[in-house]
Amino acid sequence: MKASIIVFPGSNCDRDAAVALRSAMGSAPNMVWHGDSELPDSDLILLPGGFSYGDYLRSGAMAAHSPIMREVVRRAKAGTPVLGICNGFQVLTEAGLLPGVLMRNATLRFICKDVLLKVERIDTPFARHYTPGQVVRIPIAHKDGSYFADPATLHLLENENRIAFRYCEHDGTVTDAANPNGSSDNIAGIYNETGTVLGMMPHPERLIDPAQSGTDGAKMFSSLVETLH
Amino acid sequence: MTGAAGVVPEPEGLSEELVAEHGINAEEYERLLAELGREPTITELGVFSVMWSEHCSYKSSRIWLKKLPTTGPQVIQGPGENAGVVSLGDGQAAVFKMESHNHPSFIEPYQGAATGVGGIMRDVFTMGARPVANMNALRFGSPSHPKTRHLVSGVVSGIGDYGNCMGVPTIGGETNFDPRYNDNILVNAMCVGLVDANRIFKSAAKGVGLPVVYVGSKTGRDGIHGATMASAEFDESSEEKRPTVQVGDPFTEKLLLEACLELMNEDVIIAIQDMGAAGLTSSSVEMADKGGVGIDLDLDLVPMREEGMTAYEMLLSESQERMLMVLKPGSEPVAERIFKKWELDFAVIGVTTDTGHFVARHGGVVEANIPLPALAHAAPVYERPYEKREPLPVIAPGDVQAPPSILSALERLLGSPHLSSRRWIYEQYDHMVMADTVQRPGGDAGVVRVHGTDKGLAISCDVTPRYCAADPFEGGKQAVAECWRNLTATGAKPLAITDCLNFGNPERPEIMGQFVGAIEGMAEACNVLHFPVVSGNVSLYNETNGVAIPPTPAVGGVGLIADISQMADMALKAEGDVLLVLGAEAGHLGQSIYMSVMEDRLEGAPPPVDLGKERATGDLIRGFIKAGTVNAVHDVSDGGLLVAIAEMALAGKRGVDLEAAPEWLPAHAIWFGEDQTRYVVTAAPNHVDTIKDVASVYDVPVRVLGTVGGDTMTLPGEAPLPLGMLRAAYEDWLPRFMTRG
Repeated sequence: MKASIIVFPGSNCDRDAAVALRSAMGSAPNMVWHGDSELPDSDLILLPGGFSYGDYLRSGAMAAHSPIMREVVRRAKAGTPVLGICNGFQVLTEAGLLPGVLMRNATLRFICKDVLLKVERIDTPFARHYTPGQVVRIPIAHKDGSYFADPATLHLLENENRIAFRYCEHDGTVTDAANPNGSSDNIAGIYNETGTVLGMMPHPERLIDPAQSGTDGAKMFSSLVETLH
Repeated sequence: MTGAAGVVPEPEGLSEELVAEHGINAEEYERLLAELGREPTITELGVFSVMWSEHCSYKSSRIWLKKLPTTGPQVIQGPGENAGVVSLGDGQAAVFKMESHNHPSFIEPYQGAATGVGGIMRDVFTMGARPVANMNALRFGSPSHPKTRHLVSGVVSGIGDYGNCMGVPTIGGETNFDPRYNDNILVNAMCVGLVDANRIFKSAAKGVGLPVVYVGSKTGRDGIHGATMASAEFDESSEEKRPTVQVGDPFTEKLLLEACLELMNEDVIIAIQDMGAAGLTSSSVEMADKGGVGIDLDLDLVPMREEGMTAYEMLLSESQERMLMVLKPGSEPVAERIFKKWELDFAVIGVTTDTGHFVARHGGVVEANIPLPALAHAAPVYERPYEKREPLPVIAPGDVQAPPSILSALERLLGSPHLSSRRWIYEQYDHMVMADTVQRPGGDAGVVRVHGTDKGLAISCDVTPRYCAADPFEGGKQAVAECWRNLTATGAKPLAITDCLNFGNPERPEIMGQFVGAIEGMAEACNVLHFPVVSGNVSLYNETNGVAIPPTPAVGGVGLIADISQMADMALKAEGDVLLVLGAEAGHLGQSIYMSVMEDRLEGAPPPVDLGKERATGDLIRGFIKAGTVNAVHDVSDGGLLVAIAEMALAGKRGVDLEAAPEWLPAHAIWFGEDQTRYVVTAAPNHVDTIKDVASVYDVPVRVLGTVGGDTMTLPGEAPLPLGMLRAAYEDWLPRFMTRG
């Protein structure tokens, strides 16, 4: 599998994502500078977490207009899988690859902690190593992570089975108490129409080895490697 | 730009008022005139005022700082550079420092705290290190003070927003609430970085005719006289000093970090210094002085954010996210390409000279021309008079009232501002970015893995201000010992410390006595524990209208865990494990949290630290951790033994069944006394005899406390305390306090 990680000014989870991909793939991903207009041949494009352009204007808004994004959008539309984590999710919504928007957390504060996610579907390149309805523990770290979309869009996402993960309790029930940031319908991540573009606020790359106190994130990378090798 | 043209002093001379406003007293002004051999220009007066300020010159503290040990086989760089450096073996080194941003944070908490974090990270990456962990030590006033909530909220979000954007995890710290900080909060930030030991960058600009390069943000009018402000007391007019607080831009600093580290891969930098306190002045003076050269700056070439700034303003601006470098001649294009890639300003603004003078020109006029030694070495050094206070009497355990119920008292203590969970704070800090955090906030120390290895860096910030207020010497000892103990509790070998010495007005003998006592106590502990000081910062004049903070010598320590698979933490691990306390028990309740919460008083001597025993007990604990004899380790500190046990139970989500306290002391003194040099450990039952046998060799007492299991804390003769209730008490206080009103 060949993977490319897009590095924007202010990205800060690019290395973490590279470590996670390398440990799953056995080889290093390409690190692609935002100002480049050429994107190497890639089976997976990853938009990492961080504060691209310092979150100025709106989280992800300026990165969505950087030169490399034209090519990312073109490849995504042609079917290349794209994973946007945290700030990467924000960039994907700003670039129009995913619907909705990430708003300021309901608490108005930055939140860094482990959360529990219910895996809503597993028939995608990202999730096949999870089990249907599985509850996984993955950390969040964001200030602008409250997913918002109008009722029609939410309805569409639900009907088209495009919700990837929901914040939930230990037993998988989806409750207000389990929602860390005020996201609509407890949505933590969503897919595009074809299930090839995934945007999610939690950081799977932060729990890939037992020393980090958990490995639930590793399955996403191993799923990708098995599907896209 | 060679040679030193004559300067034109103000025709009418400088008024006494103007000199005094610059924090320079009459005697110091005489010295200035003698050094310069003429009247200064207003620009030169400004330059002297910042370079001779307490903040930059250490004029009150310098002679005492020499008492601290600064060497050891592990030390690569001691005090004197931007940060200290210790070896981690295998060619790797840790670079670290702690610094105060107290005055600005009180005036403008968000920006004050944010720029404190930005400044300390720059100190670390200036040395060539990538920052890998941040910590902070915060002291706020009483929760009932009307400003406290606003200050906590602003400081925490300022620290969070800066560190989070930089992508450096903030992995712990400490927070106190005490009315003695009502009008002078303390914000001390620590940063730790990693570097290859043979690629450390320093600040000596050796060589004449070398280009002096300015990189980073543009210069504006913010922060002018920040260093001078930080060298004076507060009064009613301090609010007016808001314009002296700098404004931070973590995004630019992130670019600056990446650009600097990228440039450091090229062999072009001779010297590098961040523009922190006293900005362009201090950075250029320090680089030239350390290199034994002169420096000529052409201020017309400085990238500017605003129009019409004077030389005075440009030299004293503390605009953030700026660096000064001296490069190898001819390498400017290489450097410029990298900084342009990162969309940062880059300008050659001067040259090193053989004149030995600091020269600044603006609009073709020489605005300052000062011999460097006058700025760097001629600053006055004061041996200020000091008075040490008589030690307070030791309070007998029986003189502090017993509670009706031990477990109810525990619940009350854990739900108090002193001991309640700091989760509301640390969840606002990204403590997992870089994906190497292997011990998260809330334990004895934060631990990050050395990237790509099995080694771990344990980091802890400690001081107990109420002990220092009661007895600066014992308090200074205790701060160092507790830091050493917290690192030890993870299994780390403590390597070295950085310090941040926060005190009141040194011109008062009582305050100077506190300073001297604390230094002497720290020095003794550092010597016995082989735990030298490699960097630090002094913050004086933390007082308002003549009322000073408690002496607060904050200590930030770094330790090395050789293999993180052998790291210990405090969470109870398994049902049936035996809980033990190691270390002598004397039931010391003077200056304890128990006394403060239950009787609303803080009296008597603080608990003493026996440093020989500290070392023996720590070495013993480290051995048990390495051998896998113990499953959980926690040091006993604020609140005493039962609080330590409760914290372990909450962390491990397991209850404990405790035996009755021995009868030779009152039970509340056993459970809540704050005797030092103790650890609580758990072990499988078959390891208990080994622990007792080995401890007896080290002459360390061991007592079995009970067993791990269930979901309550139980004590004979008392109703069991469900962990859920205890957790509610522990977790609720801070969020409730912050959302009230």
